[in-house]
Parts: sequence; structure tokens; C-alpha cells
Amino acid sequence: MWARAACLGLRASAAAQRRGFTSAGADPQGSGRVTAELIEHLERLALVDFGSQEAVARLEKAIAFADRLRAVDTDGVEPMESVLEDRCLYLRSDNVVEGNCVEELLQNSHRVVEEYFVAPPGNISWSKLDEKGPSHTAE
Amino acid sequence: MAAPVLRWLCPGRCWAFARIGGCSCHGRGVPTASTSSGKRGQSSVARQSLITAQEPRKGDREWAAVVGLEIHAQISSNSKLFSGSQVHFAAPPNSLVSFFDASLPGTLPVLNRRCVEAAVMTGLALDCRINKKSLFDRKHYFYADLPAGYQITQQRLPIAVDGSLAYSVCVGKKLGQAVTRTVRVRQIQLEQDSGKSLHDDLRSQTLVDLNRAGVGLLEVVLEPDMSCGEEAAAAVRELQLILQALGTSRAIMAEGQLRVDANISVHHPGEPLGVRTEVKNLNSARFLARAIDYEIQRQISELENGGEILNETRSFDYKLGCTVPMRDKEGKQDYRFMPEPNLPPLLLYDSASLPAGADPQQVINIDRIREQLPELPSVTREKLVRRYGMLPEHSFALLNEVGLLEFFQNVMKETRAEPKKVASWVLNTFLGFLKQQNLAVSESPVTPSALAELLNLVERKAISSSAAKQVFEELWRSEGKTPAQIVAEKQLELMQDDEALEQLCRATMEAHPQVVMDLKKGNPRAINKLIGLVRKATLGRADPTAIKEVLERQLSG
Repeated sequence: MWARAACLGLRASAAAQRRGFTSAGADPQGSGRVTAELIEHLERLALVDFGSQEAVARLEKAIAFADRLRAVDTDGVEPMESVLEDRCLYLRSDNVVEGNCVEELLQNSHRVVEEYFVAPPGNISWSKLDEKGPSHTAE
Repeated sequence: MAAPVLRWLCPGRCWAFARIGGCSCHGRGVPTASTSSGKRGQSSVARQSLITAQEPRKGDREWAAVVGLEIHAQISSNSKLFSGSQVHFAAPPNSLVSFFDASLPGTLPVLNRRCVEAAVMTGLALDCRINKKSLFDRKHYFYADLPAGYQITQQRLPIAVDGSLAYSVCVGKKLGQAVTRTVRVRQIQLEQDSGKSLHDDLRSQTLVDLNRAGVGLLEVVLEPDMSCGEEAAAAVRELQLILQALGTSRAIMAEGQLRVDANISVHHPGEPLGVRTEVKNLNSARFLARAIDYEIQRQISELENGGEILNETRSFDYKLGCTVPMRDKEGKQDYRFMPEPNLPPLLLYDSASLPAGADPQQVINIDRIREQLPELPSVTREKLVRRYGMLPEHSFALLNEVGLLEFFQNVMKETRAEPKKVASWVLNTFLGFLKQQNLAVSESPVTPSALAELLNLVERKAISSSAAKQVFEELWRSEGKTPAQIVAEKQLELMQDDEALEQLCRATMEAHPQVVMDLKKGNPRAINKLIGLVRKATLGRADPTAIKEVLERQLSG
């Protein structure tokens, strides 16, 4: 059983290599180690907080789990776009049917100035996020 | 101070580009901590030396600049790309926003048919290949005016690719020397617009209005086939005219309906392309060429002084007249593109592939759209040149102002005057008055009929052309009067009495024997003097050509 899995593993990674499958920064050998650099990059991009080593470990497990997809030989198979790909894309007529609900929308906003949503200036600078420190764990 | 020497090749001969001397932004030009590494992998910060103090160095070779454009045009539609809220320029903040636009959970995008048609029309007009299957993707980045945290766009497979756009630039100093250039259209894609942010630096906050969020945009990507600001501006102008003729976008830059980002790099001819910078926020037709030329010159100076060009995003500061690095764009952006999971592929058909019995509301037939394409500006111009024997630059000028072509054609309908004369009156006198008072053609106090009537008077030789100019001025000022009335009031009719003219000519010649002597001696200018004298005697009511004819006859007889 192990031999077969190993065979599949080898073939899959070769196929993955050929398809040019890229996972930015992750170890292509498949050991699933995620570097600190990648964590920082992800935190900046997605504004999530990998507060602890536990969270990073969970991420690595998730990647390893998804990597098992590579065990499938997909040579000559057209990639799927989405599960909807053979549905018909509905085309709506160009009529105005919604809008005009500013009061309702503004209820969602923490701060409001004269019917404008209020947001912090520009984007939150990265340094401010750092100040929060690794105190809270990602639940 | 030596003027900056231009060793920059611009085949289109752009004589109107930015003079940079005295720009005070040099001090903060280059960021001190550069995060993007440029070619050598080190961040070397070159002190940007004053451009005004350039001296030509020995062995300097010529430079060539390469300019590519990404143009965003707001689609002219009633509702937004993926939702049914209204598209309108000025409205109370957040009043044209649906739950989907505000990115509330549980909402899904529903594609607007009109936007797809607009994209296909534009693709066909730019000679593109329309992809019968195109896909939607998510482009992720965080900004307050992008409530979903991503923009739905078409990155993998856009709706139209591989087209071309022909535009005209002036070469040489004379207006008449124009050449046609082409720029390749890499692709056209459908995407969502973002909302608007108003930055309140005083209170350290940003006010967000989502009225614009979700409005359909056509992004037209032009390959870097242009080499200077003037070419880029001409290409944008032609695209604007095409979009307006198609009705797919009103493309008014002042209302944010047409926005341009430029990708600019410089290199020595024969060598590989240089590092490029992206210049955003080029939202004014007037400053487009200037901003691009400034950036080209900045890059040349930087490289000539041993510096490096960083692959960064810059913004054009209109007040200072220079490009500055943008604050939030440090480091390369990773947009983490992924397929939009809520939208199946967009399928388009042609007459051959149209499925039988399909709901016409649900399918788009490319061939039908092609058949119904309105006339493109280039075709209109060609027709004008062929039909009226007009000069090409006049055809350009007629199409360059809203309503002017229609005005011209209406005048032509009611007059027998030569097209060239009519064109000259419309483009010089009429347009001149409009521009002086900053009026649109639709606001003109002079109607096409009035101008036609005036031109008929000139044609019949009822009045001279200089008198006609006076009449025109009066027409402009006082509403309701006809040219004929004004002519009568001001007594501008040309002298029709041949007998009286003959007498006047004889009398003038008798009164000025010296001039007649000069003329007989062969002085060519004497005749003009005589004509002038006779004209004065007739109080300007005689046609100079007629006077000349009579004088010459009398002199020889």
C-alpha cells in the first residue's frame, strides 16, 4: 500500500512540476514547511493574524491535506473553472431596480459623517498592526 | 542656463512636451527606502540631481521611450455591471448603492446584458477577436472603497483580444502634415469600478461614497507601441471619439468616465527595454501628454546621472507638474487572482453557432452586433474628404467638437456655397466665436440656417466677405435678426451700380495721377493702392475684384 502511494506520489509531483503548479514560497518537495517570510507575506496580504505557532502548524496541515489532490493523475483532463461551469450565465436587462437605501446601509457603519461611511485614512499601515503583538491566538 | 538637450527619439516629432525647469518636486523624487529592487537586486538610491542644470555629456547616445496605456472607460448603461442600482454621475452619497454593491453577505453578482454588448461593440470597433468564452476572476486588495476586498474582473480570459487602434499625429511644424499611427490593443475586459474615497487629512479619516462601486468599466489595454506623450494623447483622443460614436461610453475625462494609467520606460535603441514605472491618476486630457513626457524625461535624467529606475507606481501631481511616488504602493502587489466562483463562463454566439430556440434575451449574437455598429469616426472623416474634397485636418477638426459636424452639414443643406468656404467659415469664424465665449455648439446664437443665408449672400455677391464678417458679428450679438435685415440696416450691400463704379474709378484715377503714373511704369503695388482708394470712396461697398477689373479695363482702354 505504501509502495503504491509512493509511486502515485512521485508521478503526481512530476505532473505537478510539468503543469507549473506554483505555491508561492511553500517547499516544493512537499514537506509542507511554511517559512516565516511566507507567513508575514500572507498576514500583510490578507490582514489575518497568525498569532501563534499553533496557527502556523494548522496552516501546514491544511496545505498537506490539499496537496493530496496532486495524487490524482489529471493528464489530458481539461481543468474545471468552477462547479458552475456548464450552467448558463444569466443576463439581466439593463433596468434600475435597486438602490436608494442609504439609511439601511449606513446602519452597518461604526462611524458615519453626513451619509458617508468613515474609514481610517488610506490603508492601515503595517507598522500599526505589528504593535498589536502576538498576544491573541487565531481562534 | 543651458536648456535640457533632447536626445530622445520621438518619431512623431512632439514639439509640445513638458518643460521641466524649475519643478520644485525634485527634492522628494526618490524614496529613501526602496522595497522593490530594480535590476541588480540592490536598492541603490540615487540623489535625483536637478534636471535644470543638465549639461550634455560626452558619448551620450540617443534615447527611445516606450509608452503603454491602460484605459478605463465607464460603460454608459442604466444600471451597474452586476447589480440593478443606478449609474449616475452626481447623486447624494450612497444613494445609488444596492446590498450587493455594499458587499453585504448573501448577495450575488448578476451580469448586465448591456455591459456585455458594450464590450463586444467596442471590441469589434477596435478590430479585436471576440472570445466566445470569457471568464470572470477576483482581484484581491484592501481599500476602503472596495467593500468586498476584491474586484471582479477578467484576468485569465478577457472578452476581446488582439485588436488595433489607428490615430493621427502631426509631424513637422505645419498643421497639414499628419501621419497615421497604429497601436495594438492587447485586450478589452469587463470589470467593476470602485467607490470614491474623500481623504480628510485634517481629521485623519477617509469618507467613502459607494455610488460608483460596481459601475461597469471597459479596460482597454494598449501595447507599448507609443513613444511619447503626444502619441499617447492622440490615441486616447481617438479612443474617446470611438467610444462616443458607439455610445458605449460617454468617455468624459472630467467626470471620471475615462481614466488613463501609463506604463513608461526608456532605453537606448537596439538595447533591451528598461525598467518601467506606472503613472496613475492621469485624468485630464490636457495634462496627459505633459505627465508622460515629464516621466520620460525624469527617467532619462535619472539614468544619465548614473541612477536607477525603480519598478514603482507614481502619480502625477497637477499642481507641481511632476510625477511623485505613490504612498501606498510600496512593494509588488500580489492580487491573488482566483476564478469568480459565483459566475459561470460568459458564452457568446455568432449566427452560425446560435442555439436553436434560445431565448433572445439570454444570448448575445456577435454578428448581429457587428451589423448594427454605428459609423466610426475614421469612416465619417473619410466620407467628408471624399464627398466635399475637404482637407483631412478639417475633417478632424469637425469631429473634434460635439455637434460641429452636424452644424456643418445643416449649413451645407441650405447653401450653394463651396464646401471649402463653408468649412472655413465653420472652423474659423464660427468656432472662433464659440471658443471665445466658451460655448458649446448647442448654445450657439447663430443657427445653421442663418449662416447658410449669410453665405448665400456672399455667393451671390450681394455683399463682400469682409462685410459678411461684420454681419456675422451682429448675428451673434442680436438674436432674431436675419442676415438680410442686418445688411439692410448697416447698408453693407455691394455696389451693384456698374455705371457709378465706373465713374468713381475714373474720378479716383484723375485725382491721383501719380499713382497712375507708377502703375504705368510697372509698379505692381500701385494697383492695390488704387483699389484701396476706390474702396474708400465707395465706403467699402464695392468688391475689390470688381474694382480691379474695372480699373484694369479703364487703364488699358
